[in-house]
Amino acid sequence: MSETAGTTNGTHLLEVENVSKHFGNVVALKDVSVHVDAGQVTCILGDNGAGKSSFIKIVSGVHRQDGGRMLVDGEEVLFDSPRDARALGIATVYQDLAMCPLMSIWRNFFLGEEPRRWNFPLGPIDQAFAKRTAREQMAQMGIDVRDPEQPVGTLSGGERQAVAIARAIYFGARVLILDEPTSALGVKQAGIVLRYILQAKERGVGVIFITHNPHHAFPVGDHFILLNRGRVIGDYAKGRVTRDELVRQMAGGAELDELTHALETQTPGE
Amino acid sequence: MSAQPETATATPPPPGDERLVDIGLGKRLLGRPDIGAFLGAVAVFIGFSYFASDVGWATDPGIWASWTDQAAQYGIVAVPVALLMIGGEFDLSAGVMIGSSGLLLGYLATNGNMNIWPAMAIVLLFGLTVGFLNGITVVRTRLPSFIVTLATFFILQGINAALTLKLTGTTAIQDIDSAGGFDSARRFLASEFSRYDFKVKVLWWIGITIVGAWLLAKSRFGNWIYAAGGDAVAARNVGVPVARTKVILFMMTSATAALMGIIEALELRSMQSKEGIGLEFIFIICAVVGGCLLTGGYGSVIGTFFGAAMLGMVQLGIVYAQWDSNWTFTFQGVILFLAVMLNTLIRGRAQRAG
Repeated sequence: MSETAGTTNGTHLLEVENVSKHFGNVVALKDVSVHVDAGQVTCILGDNGAGKSSFIKIVSGVHRQDGGRMLVDGEEVLFDSPRDARALGIATVYQDLAMCPLMSIWRNFFLGEEPRRWNFPLGPIDQAFAKRTAREQMAQMGIDVRDPEQPVGTLSGGERQAVAIARAIYFGARVLILDEPTSALGVKQAGIVLRYILQAKERGVGVIFITHNPHHAFPVGDHFILLNRGRVIGDYAKGRVTRDELVRQMAGGAELDELTHALETQTPGE
Repeated sequence: MSAQPETATATPPPPGDERLVDIGLGKRLLGRPDIGAFLGAVAVFIGFSYFASDVGWATDPGIWASWTDQAAQYGIVAVPVALLMIGGEFDLSAGVMIGSSGLLLGYLATNGNMNIWPAMAIVLLFGLTVGFLNGITVVRTRLPSFIVTLATFFILQGINAALTLKLTGTTAIQDIDSAGGFDSARRFLASEFSRYDFKVKVLWWIGITIVGAWLLAKSRFGNWIYAAGGDAVAARNVGVPVARTKVILFMMTSATAALMGIIEALELRSMQSKEGIGLEFIFIICAVVGGCLLTGGYGSVIGTFFGAAMLGMVQLGIVYAQWDSNWTFTFQGVILFLAVMLNTLIRGRAQRAG
């Protein structure tokens, strides 16, 4: 699956090098390079269609890239399935949260990784352990689950994010990829999720935070990558860019300036 | 649920936690998907206790033996049909598979001069193969299973009629009991027990229900069934082998229908080429009455058990109450409608409470 390639100067936890992807004749990603280290948050900012989803799918093993390579701990890797990615500690929390709303919290928490009693192929799920663990892990995120049998569909958006993040960390995620975790939430709930991100960072997890909202990215990010039409249009370390600059670039940068100018000059004529 | 005390790491509930309301026992019971079918079966039983009281509906064990016989006929295949439905798919070929399997067994046992036991093994393999083809077609083509298995249904229906006529010159295969090993196989699968002539297949029905319920509630595979039907993309993203789960469910369904075909062939000692047609919808009614959602991801094997019991009681109760048996279909339709309404209501209420 992998072949050693110690070419990078100073290995990163996860490094994506000049990755490209096209679907038919549509170029989804072109020469995108991103890296994340333990205890760091790398924010990937982009509008709709910027290539965020394609990026996630490649890094999480759903799609294979057409060009470029990925390195984990400096070692080149190829993923055939999401299982391969997770085996190396790369966990993805999807926008739709990869959860089944009608299933209970504990069933969702352990979905795909159900603990078995007696460690025997046909052994039953260790439900007592699963329920207890789901509760404990949720408590560590600051949410008191009284009944792990409660369907996930009855939780609020922020709480569902907490389940998804807690699940990923519990299953040994070293790299946590969060796909628009704040986009469907209100201001307060979004703030709670940002706190979860910082919590994950403090626990030594490398976080790739994908968002279209620079206001959410700026307070938690250590590194900012701006994507547009599948290409990297900006790459800044923390402190090298202001919030206003991020907002301006996200909003279309030069195009926006032009638009503003056009609008301003038009207004008096009305 | 767990008896573990509150752990030391648990922080006091932060604000925003007020959404978690403790659900009372009554509500929790009502939140179960199988409660509607259970209450419905009890209601039907009480109803016929009144309408068929003069023949002793509630008290005569012989009458119990006859309606459980009918219910087992529905309930055995309804178990995998329910699991398949929870997994998000349908199998409309499950009824006709009973006929195909019984005919195949009859052919092997008579024209093929085979002992009944190896013939039964071949029929079960045939069932697994048809299920595999159904499943692999559904997951590969991504066509709705409704369409794929409707095609299988019609293909098999034609084969059953045409091949039976060609091979035997009639519309049925007779004298299956001439095969070696017939008596031991019949004792095992299709005989009676106790002096009231309860059918052995009722025990198979109960046994298969227990296995199905255990699989769904306790095993990893059960978790994957829920997930495959609940959100296949989400399930795949967290590493659940959704395609494999669905193919296995199709194989279980067809193989169980084949088992039912074997049981019928052993019981009747002959097999009609039209056997089983129409039952596919009865199986689906049992599953829906049992609380399974048509959209998948939710349902109950225990509920399906009570759904089959209810339909069995209706079928026989109408006879014992000396009503025109043509009303059976109407009753089945009304039950289906009421069950869906009731289940929707109960589920909605339970979830709002959470």
